[in-house]
Amino acid sequence: MVPITTIHYLVVAAALFVLGVIGVLTRRNVVIVLMSIELILNAVNLNLVAFSRMWGRLDGQVFAIFIVVDAAAEAAVGLGILIAFFRNKDTINVDEIDLLKW
Amino acid sequence: MNPGLHQALIAVDTTSIGPGMAPVATPFFFYLLSGLAIAGGFLVSTRRNPVHCALALIVTLIAVANLYLMLYAPFVAAVQIMVYAGGIMVLFLFVIMLVSIERASRDRRFNRFWPVGLATACGLMALFVSAFVKGRALFPDRMIAIPEGSNTQQVASMLYGEAGRMGQYTFAFEIASLLLLVAILGAVIMTKKKI
Repeated sequence: MVPITTIHYLVVAAALFVLGVIGVLTRRNVVIVLMSIELILNAVNLNLVAFSRMWGRLDGQVFAIFIVVDAAAEAAVGLGILIAFFRNKDTINVDEIDLLKW
Repeated sequence: MNPGLHQALIAVDTTSIGPGMAPVATPFFFYLLSGLAIAGGFLVSTRRNPVHCALALIVTLIAVANLYLMLYAPFVAAVQIMVYAGGIMVLFLFVIMLVSIERASRDRRFNRFWPVGLATACGLMALFVSAFVKGRALFPDRMIAIPEGSNTQQVASMLYGEAGRMGQYTFAFEIASLLLLVAILGAVIMTKKKI
């Protein structure tokens, strides 16, 4: 069997990234769009940790920890915005969130 | 640790380490975990019920945490499970409880521009595939073995510093805690009924 190298992990990360992009661009429910953004961040984390393993340094892992912290902050603020918006307009449909449209 | 084992571990094929440290059945676990992660990601993008999407994302996060374990990063795996799967996904489930009205889960799944989104994602996938095919020579054929047991200490010394000196990322660590404080304040203020 082919030994598992860095490229295998990068391909998995790229597949997760593309699935996250599909979720962000095509779903109607805003909560699912936010969950797809978390999927994208996880793909980037996997990429970083795979490269950290390839070079034998730990910088990639420390950066991955910072990305997890950042994803937590961003999820909290994004969901807070969503709840405030839902309270005003009673919808979570991206097609109906068009107050800024010309 | 045994100093002779250290020298044997540097730049050596992973199958020739001593019996205590050789990874076991690596391709089986890799394909199992990556299949779980990709299946979970696919379910996140395509399920109608947002609770199903949240559960699929939890499966993906735990599979990716196990992939970190395979990549000799136990601290990042533990942080991922505790913070991501244990904190952020619980937050998502609470918000789904608060905002998911019944009408939303019986609506159409995809928005008006879904062909454009799908075409963009296919273009992105083609770009990734061409990058991997063209750049194959950049990556080594074998992965060198890393001694286990000191990953958490080394990450901690990069984050906190050691023996009175600052680590490389101590300043960024303090900024990250400030970021969390600002995020907490923002989330609390935004969800108050009267500011």
